[in-house]
Amino acid sequence: MMRHLISAADLTRDDAVQILDTAEEMARVADRPIKKLPTLRGRTICNLFFEDSTRTRISFEAAEKRLSADVINFAAKGSSVSKGESLKDTAQTLEAMGVDAVVIRHSASGAPYRLATSGWIDAPVINAGDGTHQHPTQALLDAFTMRRRLVGRDAGLGQDLAGKRITLVGDVLHSRVARSNVDLLHTLGAEVTLVAPPTLVPVGVETWPCEISYDLDGVLPKSDAVMMLRVQRERMNAAFFPTEREYSRRYGLDGERMAKMPEHAIVMHPGPMVRGMEITAEVADSDRCTVVEQVANGVSVRMAVLYLLLGGNESAVSHTRTEENK
Amino acid sequence: MDTQQQYSDDARPVLEAPDIARVLTRIAHEIVERAKGADDVVLLGIPTRGVFLAGRLAEKLEAITGTKIPVGSLDITMYRDDLRMKPTRAIGRTEIPGDGIDGRLVVLVDDVLFSGRTIRAALDALGDIGRPRAVQLAVLVDRGHRELPIRADYVGKNLPTSLRETVKVLLAEEDGRDTVLLGSKPASS
Repeated sequence: MMRHLISAADLTRDDAVQILDTAEEMARVADRPIKKLPTLRGRTICNLFFEDSTRTRISFEAAEKRLSADVINFAAKGSSVSKGESLKDTAQTLEAMGVDAVVIRHSASGAPYRLATSGWIDAPVINAGDGTHQHPTQALLDAFTMRRRLVGRDAGLGQDLAGKRITLVGDVLHSRVARSNVDLLHTLGAEVTLVAPPTLVPVGVETWPCEISYDLDGVLPKSDAVMMLRVQRERMNAAFFPTEREYSRRYGLDGERMAKMPEHAIVMHPGPMVRGMEITAEVADSDRCTVVEQVANGVSVRMAVLYLLLGGNESAVSHTRTEENK
Repeated sequence: MDTQQQYSDDARPVLEAPDIARVLTRIAHEIVERAKGADDVVLLGIPTRGVFLAGRLAEKLEAITGTKIPVGSLDITMYRDDLRMKPTRAIGRTEIPGDGIDGRLVVLVDDVLFSGRTIRAALDALGDIGRPRAVQLAVLVDRGHRELPIRADYVGKNLPTSLRETVKVLLAEEDGRDTVLLGSKPASS
């Protein structure tokens, strides 16, 4: 049984579809006058954020509160971490306080895995983004958004994304969103193409279950969904492209490029957007752009993950994948 | 949710398809009588089989009154009091009719009334959705053994059972045929 959600690659197709179906029911709670379910009453969840985040932290907090869990927010800034406390000591402190689940974001890849497998803490661990490694709930909410838009709200129930062509554009090298999406979309049967400057494609990408292209204009007409990735300046310690202007001209999405996409195709962005860099304001504000929808869907998907991991006395999500890999 | 495999081979039918149809017709008439016309009635079925029963009741009510009866479903999984005692359950569909339930007479519909815990959960769930004028309960089978002070307003069949027995409602929409089976629990449990 799966107790933690560390990587999108751990999810089987059936697990992922179950999470998406559950999220579809959770989304209905948002339409009610009382947006609350008693399901996790009396459980304490700690949001452990060692790295800045707006939407993921707020989204997790909203999801936890809608399920009636007690929420402890922990930000590294202003905590004992800035005095030099280690992850181990922080974890043991939380364990001593009787936390039932930990949502962790960390700038170091592998920190959630370490927390889950170290024995420091007994509670389930949910990865909310670690370094350049994984961000599984983001991949799930992206898949949820795609299924809703490309298959249909009710028609999508029980379905995966078989045969859908998804294009991810931009800073793949630093993007945990890209890694998680490639893993999950492949599991769900979609065909994934990465488009990026050669300098922003990671080493070993040929082992990923996707295609690589350097020509955005060639790929756009064959895409059902185009996901623009932010250029992550804060993680860049070298010159990966000559100028921002050159990057935008070759890999940015503007109105003219958007017109080359099929009629039904959608534009996605995990946020935060840098307008004028990877996406123009015209595209960001168009009704084909699902950025705001993705944020709303994020709450539903995180509610589904929390319910399936914590709702019963054992998790509803199986863990066969990682067991095989070990 | 019990699966069919858990029922022994000696399960015998206590209600057949024509009985079920007759019983639902009677309940529909009782609802109209008690509600004096069923003008503000909203039927909410509890998944899985309560939803089908609610649909059938709505048809019968429409035939009697000639007006459209709003019908929906109310999933109570997230409100159960035994959630933490079992592996996480899959969630069913909650579909509230467009006009909502505020000020209406909500009739909850379920297949079997047993401990009453499902209905307690349903009442909690209703409280988060709106404020009905009144809530009533219609069940196909009441098998007794209540653990909470809850009773049904409309009962298809009172079926005195022992705790060693099992009651299984099969409906055409889900199981391919209409019948209510009374069996005994496998010795192992």
